[in-house]
Amino acid sequence: MMSSLLGWFADPNMQWILMGSLLLGIGSGVIGSFTYLRKQSLMGDALAHAALPGICIAFMLMGVKSIGLFMLGSIISGMIATFGIHAITRYSRIKQDAALGIILSVFFGIGVVLMTKIQHSGNGNQSGLDKYMFGQAASMMKSDVYMMGVVSLLLIIVCFILFKEFKLVSFDPGFARGMGMKVGLLEQLLLFMTVVAVVVGIQAVGVVLVAALLITPAVSARYWTDSLGVMVVLAGFIGAFSGVTGTLISGTLSNLPTGPVTVLAATSLFLVSAIFAPNRGLVAKVWRRARTRQQIQQSQSLEMAQQRSRTVEGGLD
Amino acid sequence: MGIYPLEVDNLTVAYQKKPVLSSVSFRIPSGKLIGVLGPNGAGKSTMLKAVLGLIPTVGGSVKIFGQSYKESRKKVGYVPQRESVDWDFPTNALDVVMMGRYGHLGWFRRPGAKERRIAMECLAKVGMADFAGRQISQLSGGQQQRVFLARALAQNATLYFMDEPFAGVDATTEKAIISLLHELREQGKTVLVVHHDLSTVKEYFDEVVLLNGKLVAAGSTEETFTTANLQKTYGGRIAMLQDVTNASDRSDEAEVSGESSPRRSKTARRAGKAGKSSMTNAADGVDIPDEAEGADVPLGAVSRT
Repeated sequence: MMSSLLGWFADPNMQWILMGSLLLGIGSGVIGSFTYLRKQSLMGDALAHAALPGICIAFMLMGVKSIGLFMLGSIISGMIATFGIHAITRYSRIKQDAALGIILSVFFGIGVVLMTKIQHSGNGNQSGLDKYMFGQAASMMKSDVYMMGVVSLLLIIVCFILFKEFKLVSFDPGFARGMGMKVGLLEQLLLFMTVVAVVVGIQAVGVVLVAALLITPAVSARYWTDSLGVMVVLAGFIGAFSGVTGTLISGTLSNLPTGPVTVLAATSLFLVSAIFAPNRGLVAKVWRRARTRQQIQQSQSLEMAQQRSRTVEGGLD
Repeated sequence: MGIYPLEVDNLTVAYQKKPVLSSVSFRIPSGKLIGVLGPNGAGKSTMLKAVLGLIPTVGGSVKIFGQSYKESRKKVGYVPQRESVDWDFPTNALDVVMMGRYGHLGWFRRPGAKERRIAMECLAKVGMADFAGRQISQLSGGQQQRVFLARALAQNATLYFMDEPFAGVDATTEKAIISLLHELREQGKTVLVVHHDLSTVKEYFDEVVLLNGKLVAAGSTEETFTTANLQKTYGGRIAMLQDVTNASDRSDEAEVSGESSPRRSKTARRAGKAGKSSMTNAADGVDIPDEAEGADVPLGAVSRT
């Protein structure tokens, strides 16, 4: 395995792919932080699942595999899904969680039907489309990786430039609007960027699990800090680590899809964060509680001792 | 003086065909503390949000200093309800107060040393200077409310809207807020407060706006806050309306009992002290430099001149 790992690093094609996964991880982590703080984590998952029919329809219409085309298809179906979720919550008594569930499963169902149809159509070009389910980073072409890297980089730059605006919109949209910020526009932009992050990650991580790359790094980063800036950077790092680890392991071990491995890498970091993070982590919490208990007991026993000595003195009088 | 800080004309707001506010018209004079009163669901918060352009209106118009809200936005400060945000957001008190400066900064520009200094001064004004670096979830409800007030101060406005700033705060914070309101009034600013506690209305406000889906009455507290008007506003639901309108002394009693309460926490006491000192320092004012826009009046300018 070691030699194959080294072989991987030496292969310029693989260097590209690793670079792409790295940027993808950072981009998803950064966007995911805002998605998480705006309590829209599940939205990312719904958008990812909704992308599948978009990809399939794009392929059926054009008959070629092109990441740009697929991106267009999945962005359109993602937008339709968002619209559907809004419509359901607005015009019925169904709450957002249920609306998300309905849209997610319907779109995914349509996607699977379409994909099966494509696979049975005998189209010679169709091989590899099933990789979109769980992702196969190693199967990416250089142009795909290029696209993925550039788009991720763009996402990171936009987040950097509009950091102040995204922060206020995530924390207090009402106040932001009263202040004259274009809240609607910024929220749409954040949602659009979430769609883009999801879509760009699909080929590497797959529709089923790509949302984890948005959620898990952000949640893990939140454990370590109380500052949004630090959290966003940290989430980017965790995302990058997960992306690279997932790509490496799935590339070296035969036929492991990238998505699940990436998610497992991210989850292991999440576990470390949840247990060992200072202040918010489990260990810190248990330790703090134990220390408080000890202090209280000490002060109580001290008080008792003082009381006793007082009564003894009183007795001597 | 022909220009009013706020003129509401025939304002109508509806949520899905059901009117919440119908044809509300009133105007408020400048340099006053105004209480907006009414039962639950009377449309108090809705009115505030409609005036601020946060929710769409069905009809009517709102003029702020004779202009549309869009044009006079920088003269307006806003304190939303405390529960409207998630206090577990990764940020600290100083950072939240600095958000009050974002409107002056405009797109893309980041808050710098100047914004930091202004935010610190505003935190000090509400007696929260010691908590600048504190994660906001670690603050008590009253402290969170004061952080929101400090953020509104940082907006350096001439007209303030506050949505229930007294909801769920202890006596100390309530006093700190009221002394801040008086300070703002001394500087010639106008403050509109959505309020619930009828027993303090006579003591706190110069003017009242009584709402119940529509406007019941608006005017000076003396003339408008009457038993007859309150009955129209609240229906028969409040038994002791007579008490409230007649006994302004009653709230003084309540104040005294609050003061002499022996069991006050350490932080509350410290906060109380800080609140008082900010009141005595009122004459100094916070020195906020002029912005590029000539419209901005520095906080405390009135008290200095």
